[in-house]
Amino acid sequence: MPIEVLLVEDSPGDVRLTQEAFRDANSTIHLSVATDGVEAMAFLKRLGTHANSPRPDLILLDLNLPKMDGREVLAHIKEDEDLKTIPTVILTTSDAESDVVRSYQLQANCYLTKPVQLDAFEALVKSINDFWLTKAKLPQQRQTV
Amino acid sequence: MKPIIPTTLLLVEDSPGDVRLTQEAFRDANQAIRLHVAWDGAEAMAFLNRQGANINAPRPDLILLDLNLPKMDGREVLAQIKEDENLKTIPTVILTTSAAEADIDKSYRLRANCYLNKPVDLEAFEALVMSINDFWLTKVKLPQLRQAG
Repeated sequence: MPIEVLLVEDSPGDVRLTQEAFRDANSTIHLSVATDGVEAMAFLKRLGTHANSPRPDLILLDLNLPKMDGREVLAHIKEDEDLKTIPTVILTTSDAESDVVRSYQLQANCYLTKPVQLDAFEALVKSINDFWLTKAKLPQQRQTV
Repeated sequence: MKPIIPTTLLLVEDSPGDVRLTQEAFRDANQAIRLHVAWDGAEAMAFLNRQGANINAPRPDLILLDLNLPKMDGREVLAQIKEDENLKTIPTVILTTSAAEADIDKSYRLRANCYLNKPVDLEAFEALVMSINDFWLTKVKLPQLRQAG
């Protein structure tokens, strides 16, 4: 059974890197991409063209996004009875303490900073795979809305 | 040489064997960890709220929480941590033998940051502690601010 990961990221370069790193780390991952916050919420709520989108097992969420900010996406996910159990990992270039604290207050499951270096970025994706998709127990129930 | 800033962990666990294993595994994994142990849920909350003998207790950077605990259940400890404005930002990882889907769902609902199953096998247990160290204490950004209570 494929593991569904939703990556919410507006930088095409970072999307490409993440796709390649996950492909190397774990071939059973199916990675979907939303390039802004509004698209992420449409995907999660299966609106419009996203009527058949899968429920993600894990969400990787950038903070600075067009249309709807990552902080607002996070707040929406964690206030929604159906979506709140999906582990949501912040993956951002910001290492500002205020962003870290705010994200945990909004119930991010964990906060990771994107390394600038390519090798370090690949290693981080591998860590996410090893920890979240191998060691951690994720909720299995596909709940209907 | 980089200065070693100790990382403070609170382990909430009532099994002496598991406490011993966790202590030893963290000692092997990371010298900079200060591991505190609370043996039941009431003691965990007293530690976190600095009550009684815990007046000088440090704020943990990470909490490892068993679900089945005497005096106060792990689910209730989790709910209290995540309802407290001061404590809610401390990442709280469930570490339990229960693999029941109901416990997993309920824990994420109560805002556990992550849910891990304790392996029965000794080597797998040590490997899991190593993973917690590698991921949560090395890769993850933890909140640094020691907020006032």
